[in-house]
Amino acid sequence: MAAVRVEEVLAAAEEQEAEKRRSVTVEKELELEFDLGNLLALDRNPPAAASGLRGAGPRREALLRALARDNTQLLVARLWELPAERAGGAGGPLVARLPDPAFRLPREKPPPRPRPPTRWEQFARLKGIRRRKRTSLVWDEQAKEWRRRWGYRRAGGDPARAWLAEVPEGADPEEDQFARLRREKRERVARNELNRLRNLARAHRAGTAVPAAPLHPTGHQSREELSHVARVARVSTASLGRFQPRLPKEPAEPPSRSGGRKRRFEPLLGNLAAERSRQLELLRDMGKKKPVLDITRAVNKQLRQEEAEAAAAKGKKQSQRGKRGRRQQRVGRKSKKSGGRPQQ
Amino acid sequence: MRPLTEAETRTVFEKLGRYIGENIQLLVDRPDGTYCFRLHRDRVYYLSEKVLKVAASIPRESLVSLGTCFGKFTKTQKFRLSVTALEFLAPYAKYKVWVKPGSEQSFLYGNHVLKSGLGRITENTAQYQGVVVYSMADVPLGFGVAAKSTQECRKVDPMAIVVFHQADVGEYVRNEDALT
Repeated sequence: MAAVRVEEVLAAAEEQEAEKRRSVTVEKELELEFDLGNLLALDRNPPAAASGLRGAGPRREALLRALARDNTQLLVARLWELPAERAGGAGGPLVARLPDPAFRLPREKPPPRPRPPTRWEQFARLKGIRRRKRTSLVWDEQAKEWRRRWGYRRAGGDPARAWLAEVPEGADPEEDQFARLRREKRERVARNELNRLRNLARAHRAGTAVPAAPLHPTGHQSREELSHVARVARVSTASLGRFQPRLPKEPAEPPSRSGGRKRRFEPLLGNLAAERSRQLELLRDMGKKKPVLDITRAVNKQLRQEEAEAAAAKGKKQSQRGKRGRRQQRVGRKSKKSGGRPQQ
Repeated sequence: MRPLTEAETRTVFEKLGRYIGENIQLLVDRPDGTYCFRLHRDRVYYLSEKVLKVAASIPRESLVSLGTCFGKFTKTQKFRLSVTALEFLAPYAKYKVWVKPGSEQSFLYGNHVLKSGLGRITENTAQYQGVVVYSMADVPLGFGVAAKSTQECRKVDPMAIVVFHQADVGEYVRNEDALT
């Protein structure tokens, strides 16, 4: 009896082993093409003609599922062959080192539109002005050497150290020329900066993606833009912004599952019994949240008790004058030692 | 017209609970029929299933009122209880205040209840507790908020306010247009 049972058990175990091995090995006519960098496996085997892949139905579903399982098994087998290491020290998870991806994936988003030409670019195109390539070094006659066009040790000397500023012909002799030069430089810088920002604003308004900046670089951000970017930043966390701390006056926004689209409500004449049970559950939850000990009521109760005691004490005062006095004294000293009345 | 969302239901129940406590269950779960809350133009209505089915066939612009209006949601989504809910608050009220006959009129005109007009008050009323105001003949007159707890009511001077007025049945005459 026992021997038969043992044989049965061994047979069952062997069958299980065979089953496991069968599920791990996959037979294919053509080898699959693998791109492990992209976790990609390409199966070029033509589907069996007799299979029901053409028609619709549950058979097709089952066949597709089996095909997917087999191919995934092959891919995973390849992944296991990759060199692996333990991430984060000895106890960390086993991590495979993927090779570089070979398959070029197409663009996810459309390429960015070119930015609109600036005012100068439009003018230059109109007039046919082309850019002249300038040399980086200029011959300085005074210093008899090649100096930079601008910057440190520029040709023509440091403009800040210019000790002479000629009064031009038609100018007012009382005017301070140094101040005028400085003012004009400041104006030039300001005008250039203004034009640069205007160009950026024009490009931004035209809708082209200013690279690497969802927000317009300086100033002139509209309120909607700022709040949109703030919302995107808040939501770009692992918990989709649910646990981000808010500023003191920022209103708490409940997460809208429709993502900013139209609100959806329960149907008007939906299941009324379900609605009732939901409301009862809500009431139960609300009831549970209320604290069992109501502080104000407890305090009122305490006050009433003390009043009652005081009234009783007043009545007894006449009869037990002497003893009471000493008792009160002792109570007073005790409380001073312990440092105050114990909290209730 | 639509059912209340969960947040709105919570707000309404919290407000109602301040007056009738856990007796809201008796409003939600009634033995004599299925009653529900519906929202129409920011007002919350309490109505039975039969009335709901009939009201569902009326176009939104033409529908003025349905069932009993309990109150309305303000612009900032706060719930304001109106006097038309008194019929349902009065039988389930937890904390009651009885007003002397002399100052009934004053309360019905919209004034607060002073200590001199206070007849009786339920024991253990906390401060700022929602209370229902009755006349000495146990006729519900309206509801309000207790300005002083029962303890303090005993000690305070006669001209002090003991109940803040919130709604009274006199509004049916004074404020007819605002009620639905």
